[in-house]
Amino acid sequence: MINVQAIKIIYKYEMLRAWNTIMQSFISPVISTVLYFVVFGSAIGSRIETVEGVSYGAFIVPGLVMLALLTQSVANASFGIYFPRFTGTIYEVLSAPVSFVEILLGYVGAAASKSFIIGMIILATSGFFVDLNILHPFWMLSFLVLTCISFSLLGFIIGLWADNFEKLQLIPMLVITPLVFLGGSFYTIDMLPPVWRTVSLFNPVVYLVSGFRWSFYEVADVSIEISLLMVVLFAVVCLAIVWLIFKTGYRLKH
Amino acid sequence: MNPIISVSGLTKVYANGHMALRDIHLDIHSGEILALLGPNGAGKTTLISIICGIVNPTQGSVTVNGYDIVRDYRITRSMIGLVPQELTLGSFDTVWNTACFSRGLFGKEPDRAYLQQVLEDLSLWDKRNSAIRTLSGGMKRRVLIAKALSHQPSILFLDEPTAGVDVELRKDMWRLVKGLQESGVTIILTTHYIEEAEEIADRVGVINNSELLVIDDKQALKHKLGKRQMTIELEQPITSIPNSLSGWALELSAAGRQLVYTYDSYSEHTGISGLLNAVNEAGLLLKDVSTSQSSLEDIFISLVRAE
Repeated sequence: MINVQAIKIIYKYEMLRAWNTIMQSFISPVISTVLYFVVFGSAIGSRIETVEGVSYGAFIVPGLVMLALLTQSVANASFGIYFPRFTGTIYEVLSAPVSFVEILLGYVGAAASKSFIIGMIILATSGFFVDLNILHPFWMLSFLVLTCISFSLLGFIIGLWADNFEKLQLIPMLVITPLVFLGGSFYTIDMLPPVWRTVSLFNPVVYLVSGFRWSFYEVADVSIEISLLMVVLFAVVCLAIVWLIFKTGYRLKH
Repeated sequence: MNPIISVSGLTKVYANGHMALRDIHLDIHSGEILALLGPNGAGKTTLISIICGIVNPTQGSVTVNGYDIVRDYRITRSMIGLVPQELTLGSFDTVWNTACFSRGLFGKEPDRAYLQQVLEDLSLWDKRNSAIRTLSGGMKRRVLIAKALSHQPSILFLDEPTAGVDVELRKDMWRLVKGLQESGVTIILTTHYIEEAEEIADRVGVINNSELLVIDDKQALKHKLGKRQMTIELEQPITSIPNSLSGWALELSAAGRQLVYTYDSYSEHTGISGLLNAVNEAGLLLKDVSTSQSSLEDIFISLVRAE
């Protein structure tokens, strides 16, 4: 017996929270992406030749969507679970007839939905700046959804692990932002010197951006199969960590 | 009568080594109001938290209506409502939304009419669209109760429900608790206020230093542990108790004007008649005689001090 009502209500209230803070939740990521377009796509991009036959403005669209998706998924999901822990309202979720899987579906589902919506808004916005050409819409959506889910899972883990606001910001700031910037959002890793190209292959974001970009233009740093495998692998690792956390009650139950 | 909650051998040791509960055995009867008394840090909240599923027990087991709280957590938790001690509420929610959230969390379909009734009973209906952060402390306490009742629990835990609450609201809460009991809800409350336990509880348990020292019917507890005292006021003060009265446990007080006799009023022979005769024979003139029964508070203090 699954407590469907509980999943629905957690999901609904998390989405409601995003709606109540619409400036922070939806408008600010879109504005910052537009700024990237103006600076990189138009101002600097106009001086850059095409990258593998794609105009630079169009080339950075998948990377920019990924940048927003990753940071928003982590931020939304980590805050979503950290805040009730911080304020103490988590007591209610813990004392309710709700399994950990249901808690996860509610919180991570809502966080992933929010970043999916943001991703779609950014994609639509970018249509005003460049000609978008999505060759493989199914794969594009698959990468989008998988990324939203796996990074929301990562955010959920961070939100459970953090025991203060500083830790909550630490991983997004020190790990995720650098990985995204060095993950080929704004360039192909072929442009890098050989050493850095090799180093980049250890960056999981490279596979995400590459696969996602392939679904647009069939331009990729690594093969689509490997990209897909890496994204799925990342999601599985996150799921395993979450499962372990729930099994031990880590940071949730004393 | 089968207990609605049965706690056996419950021990909790926190990760930092602090032992919060030590081998607790406790049966809670259906439909009663049980007050758990104890000083801060005694283990009351830990006990409640384990029963409600917030804290994992180290040892021992708890059943609710015969169901194990770990194995059958869905069944046990859906029977229980919890009003926590701290005013933990999402400050941006409205009263109505937070009550709907609680109900949904417990797997119940939305029920406007029922929630409206709960909010009306708690004088919160006018505030239903207010953000929780705009409410006073007392109102927030009511919101917590509304949330706990939102899924129609048959057992209600109130952790320090009247801490920091004004007299009027406290009386309101007692009325509410009594009303809930009449509708069949079993109520377990923790409190520092002995007066509160004395006023509304059927049974009283005393927890101190992680142990349940005693649990019994409120009246029985007074019978068993309470003492009666007879104060004999004398016309003339005396400097020492006459030897002829040495057979009674007497104390001299009020600068020699009072003799205080402590006795067990439930024993076969209280010794009162003999004492009064002996006082008479000793030539002491009586001005007044009064008796008093020790309150739950005296019992509580003597239990906790004895630890």
